[in-house]
Amino acid sequence: MKKLLAVLIFILILAGNSYGLTGEDIVRKSQNAFFYPGKDFKARVVMRLISRTGKQRIRELTMLRKNYGDEQKYFIYFFRPSDVRGMTFMVYKYPGRDDDRWLFVPAINMVRRIAAQDKRSSFVGSDFTYEDVSGRDVEEDTHELLKKETLQGRNCYVVKSTPKAGDMDYSYKLSWVDETSFLPIKEQYYDRQGELYRVFTADEIKDIDGIPTVTKRTMKDLQSGHRTEVTFTEVHYNIGIDDSLFTERYLRRPPRKWIK
Amino acid sequence: MRTGKRKCLQVIFLVVTALLFLPPSYAEVSLHGFLEGNYSFNTASQNPSGSDLKLAEETLQLRLNTEGESYRLVLKTRAIYDHIAGKTRIRLREGYFDYAADDWEVTVGRQVITWGVGDLIFINDVFPKSYAAFFGGKPLEYMKKGIDGIRIGLYPASVSLEIVVIPFFTPDDNPSSDRFWLFDPMPSVTDREEKKPSTTIENTEIALRAYRDISGFDTSVYFYKGFFRQPSLLPEDTVSALVFYPEVSVYGISLQGRAAGGILSLEAGYYESRQDRNGTDPVIPNSRTKFLLGYQRQLRKDFTAGVQYYCERMHRYSAYERNVSAGLPVQKRLYQLVTLRLTRFFMHRNLRLSVFSFYSPSYGDYMLNPEVKYNFTDDIWAAAGGNLFGGGYSWSRFGQMDRDDNIYLQIRYEF
Repeated sequence: MKKLLAVLIFILILAGNSYGLTGEDIVRKSQNAFFYPGKDFKARVVMRLISRTGKQRIRELTMLRKNYGDEQKYFIYFFRPSDVRGMTFMVYKYPGRDDDRWLFVPAINMVRRIAAQDKRSSFVGSDFTYEDVSGRDVEEDTHELLKKETLQGRNCYVVKSTPKAGDMDYSYKLSWVDETSFLPIKEQYYDRQGELYRVFTADEIKDIDGIPTVTKRTMKDLQSGHRTEVTFTEVHYNIGIDDSLFTERYLRRPPRKWIK
Repeated sequence: MRTGKRKCLQVIFLVVTALLFLPPSYAEVSLHGFLEGNYSFNTASQNPSGSDLKLAEETLQLRLNTEGESYRLVLKTRAIYDHIAGKTRIRLREGYFDYAADDWEVTVGRQVITWGVGDLIFINDVFPKSYAAFFGGKPLEYMKKGIDGIRIGLYPASVSLEIVVIPFFTPDDNPSSDRFWLFDPMPSVTDREEKKPSTTIENTEIALRAYRDISGFDTSVYFYKGFFRQPSLLPEDTVSALVFYPEVSVYGISLQGRAAGGILSLEAGYYESRQDRNGTDPVIPNSRTKFLLGYQRQLRKDFTAGVQYYCERMHRYSAYERNVSAGLPVQKRLYQLVTLRLTRFFMHRNLRLSVFSFYSPSYGDYMLNPEVKYNFTDDIWAAAGGNLFGGGYSWSRFGQMDRDDNIYLQIRYEF
């Protein structure tokens, strides 16, 4: 009887939580589900940059991530295109301040810090920005839960996020966040004139090591007609990435066991 | 050239010897490379030798990589057809074996090493450069030359260490006098014999770097004991001179980190001229202290600016002034240089516009290098740009190249 009561209370708490969520709670949970799952993470990433006319460019890389509380470290190794083959890129990401970024150029065996103030810059020329790849500080926007809606058979929260800073390239963003997994299913960006100009979609979600993971995603620029399709393969969580990976030593000599 | 071949053989010998000790399992072999054309046209005047071209070369580079769990064998060779000289050169760009354990690693053979935080300004990067490639309009990677030696990395918990031992000396490649108009302090001396430091235990160059993070700044200290890679000219009589490389030690430090909304770089080095400590020998450079301050910042989306201030102060200046050879230009005690780099990307980073400039407030000379680079596909890119020199004096670093202005074209297919 006591057990049953405990379970009931637990269910009530869970239910109460999900109904009483604010826009900011949802975005926070969504960020955790999308950018922070697992202690660490590894994937082989293929990005197809597709122009309006259908011309394709391919970026292929291995991405490794490890969480340190709110902070994260990323290690990226490039396979394609050929002019960046063997380059590695490392990011220390801190909430609330600029990232530290380093790039290794194998042709001259050189490690350099990269200026990283503008997180709206394109990631490797794709339609994804650095923020789209590694997350945006929740405090940088005001978040408003507009409604709940069913999208592609999923019950979603619809959240409007408006940047507090006035000089952004978009005026607000609408996000459809899955009620159960808290993954973003769709995001719409509206420009300064209030026109929809940029759309993110999660095209495939798979359960990997018990963690719902977006394995295919697209970002489309409606104004230029350019889009980027990203596929994650060989996704693994909690693989025990050493702290030492995120150092200059391994930036210069990426360990085979982690990048393959 | 014979010594070059000997060196190649030495490197190959070392690499092959190392291979014999390898476990044969798990090796993964890959072959990549590029085919490239480099062309550079004079715009101010013909070469001293009469050609309109500074550079007309096609290069095939092959990179053979054999890799196991903890070792790598890399062979990077270049075959270059030079239209101006009318001949083919074969070069070993890199050829090394490396082995990595948990907290140490070793790399043996010809390898490229880049140290320091400067952008085209080198204080603690004491390794050889090719200024011929740089001023002639080749891609930047050609500016760094390999060393023939051993690099050991030690990685205990508190600090990382690199130890580089170089038994075989490699000088800088300077622009040649048949393709570039250069200041010659002794034009009448036509018979020049080059004497490189011989390969002995006491001539073995040592370069050390210790580095770690100190409150968010990448901090390195450096030491080098070896030779100037720029030659000195010792006249023997009125028509002949000895070209040699005086001994130098360098003690340095560098820091790089986030500050003031950008990346701040600081580097300093003391060059101790070991064969001319009191500064009285006019043939050998005096000791100098060199300093660099750099700042890089993203101005907006896909647009980055970098500025640098560099200076070097000559020690024992009064001794230098007293002893400088009659008729030769007198350098200032303090040499200053500023640089500016602007880089902007367009079209999903397929188009890059950039400009790099040197300007010396000390002598008023400059170099300007605008460039446009376009990636036609994922495998083919081309870059066109210019190297413009001027100002200053007929002997100052960029002023002497006043007539060497060139525009260049680089085109590369990578596979």
